[in-house]
Amino acid sequence: MAESDALGDTGRRDFLVRVTTAVSGVGVAAACLPFVASMNPSSDVLAKATTEFDLSGMNPGDMRTVAWQGKPVFILRRSLEQIKEMEASNGGFAPEPDRQRVKQPEWLVVVGVCTHMGCVPNREGPGWLCHCHGSQFDDSGRVLRGPAPNNLEVPPYHFVAGNKIVIGQA
Amino acid sequence: MKNRVIKWIDQRFPLTSFVKNELTGYPTPRNLNYWWNFGFLAGFVLVLQVATGIFLAMHYKADITQSFDSIQHIMRDVNYGWLLRFMHSTGASAFFLVIYIHMARTLYYGSYRAPRELMWWTGQTLLLLLMATAFMGYLLPWGQMSFWGATVITNLFRATPFIGDQVVIWLRGDYTVSDATLTRFFALHYLFPFLIIGAVVVHLVALHTVKSSNPSGINLADKENIPFHPYFTIKDFFGLGIFLIVYCVFVFFLPDSLIEPANNIPANPMQTPNHIVPEWYFLPFYAILRSVPNMVGGVVAMFLSVMMFSFMPYLDRSRIPGGALYRPIFRLQYYLFIIDMLVLGYIGYIPPTSLTILIGQIATFCYFGSFFVVTIISRAEERWLIKRGLPPGVEALMASEAREQIVLPHRRRSGDGL
Repeated sequence: MAESDALGDTGRRDFLVRVTTAVSGVGVAAACLPFVASMNPSSDVLAKATTEFDLSGMNPGDMRTVAWQGKPVFILRRSLEQIKEMEASNGGFAPEPDRQRVKQPEWLVVVGVCTHMGCVPNREGPGWLCHCHGSQFDDSGRVLRGPAPNNLEVPPYHFVAGNKIVIGQA
Repeated sequence: MKNRVIKWIDQRFPLTSFVKNELTGYPTPRNLNYWWNFGFLAGFVLVLQVATGIFLAMHYKADITQSFDSIQHIMRDVNYGWLLRFMHSTGASAFFLVIYIHMARTLYYGSYRAPRELMWWTGQTLLLLLMATAFMGYLLPWGQMSFWGATVITNLFRATPFIGDQVVIWLRGDYTVSDATLTRFFALHYLFPFLIIGAVVVHLVALHTVKSSNPSGINLADKENIPFHPYFTIKDFFGLGIFLIVYCVFVFFLPDSLIEPANNIPANPMQTPNHIVPEWYFLPFYAILRSVPNMVGGVVAMFLSVMMFSFMPYLDRSRIPGGALYRPIFRLQYYLFIIDMLVLGYIGYIPPTSLTILIGQIATFCYFGSFFVVTIISRAEERWLIKRGLPPGVEALMASEAREQIVLPHRRRSGDGL
């Protein structure tokens, strides 16, 4: 093969350019990965994953706010009437039976973060009212009035001996 | 000596010609009114914000245990710290005020039309960068409004399809707005102004390519232009004096009027204030967010409400020069739009009730509606104005512009232009 033919082999050159571009593209993307990943929660943040809370001393109708992963978690000890009322309805426009939202009907545990824009709803009358945009939740944490699209989230939790609850672990 | 130094530089860098062509001798339409001051004012406020910001950063601590106190430290202990802080916080509002007036002028006089589309779009980019910078800066005092404002706005990214929740956690670096969020917002709040400066350079290069528009809407021939210096340096500096009077009244006498009282309470992630509102310059867009009952829809509507402006060069199809000045129906629509913005701003400010939500929804409908209506109105109005008879000057102008558009591509083909 003459030298001029080799130089004129544009197909080969184009192939090399394409491969080089592709490999360097992958390289640049790989180099970006640590930068993007550095913005994800760090190990000390991940270590805050569970919270333990002592339930003794809460009377029926009482509500406590507990910090879990920096977010408020509402723990409501519901009276018999409240349980009966909640079990009778299916909530608002995100219907869900009350049974599926509690492990023991007496204890309602929900993340106190409005599913709309992340404000903390205030306890007002029965249920909660979010002052940011006016969403309303019932005593099962179910949305009754928008703009919140969903019911208050139920975090993973389990009861442990001695009337305690661990939030963050099912 | 001075001449020799300049000559030495000129052989290596186009200093004299740059100053002559782009600054002192830069050809400027002679009929610019005071609404054309606001671009210069925006540049001035940018410099002011960067200057005060750098000095504030020398005393500020981006750590949730210290940031709130470091603001008090700046206010009480740092020499003239109160002045730097009030200049910076008032400067943010001043920045949006001059930018909004600058945009309103562009809309009124139709300056976004060809050949200035790229000016309008780089300006739109600048607005987005400014909004991001202001939003991140607002978290830094770590007050209640800072915290909940940042919580609500980062939450908007939940609307991202499929990976919404992860995106929000990634943005915050935590499950909630936290120390990680504060530190990165500080880093980015320091970075973004330099991106803004870069975008301003692009904006200005575009400006110096197409030159300033003017109230008549007529592309003035060279003989109608006058050098920037001394005519417009004087005019801009006079406007600056007026601006500084208003600015100083706020800095020295009303600095707290632009700061929500709730922001003097340290951030508490367990308690949302009863009435959270964004800064005044975000209120109309916030009202649009609240007006849409669906969350994703609200976020999309809010984003679109800012971006709608960039479609104006295509939505406004009228060829009548001079913007609203010679277009009575467009002018009426313009003022209705401004009123609609004010209504939205007020609705965004007051706590939501079913009546205000309804008013907000009507105003949101009008907001987007006006962008669609303008496509129909602009053409109909043009036909009506032509039928009614345009002033002979304007008619001749439109004819000559139509001719130019035919001539230009021909020139390009023959290769004597670029």
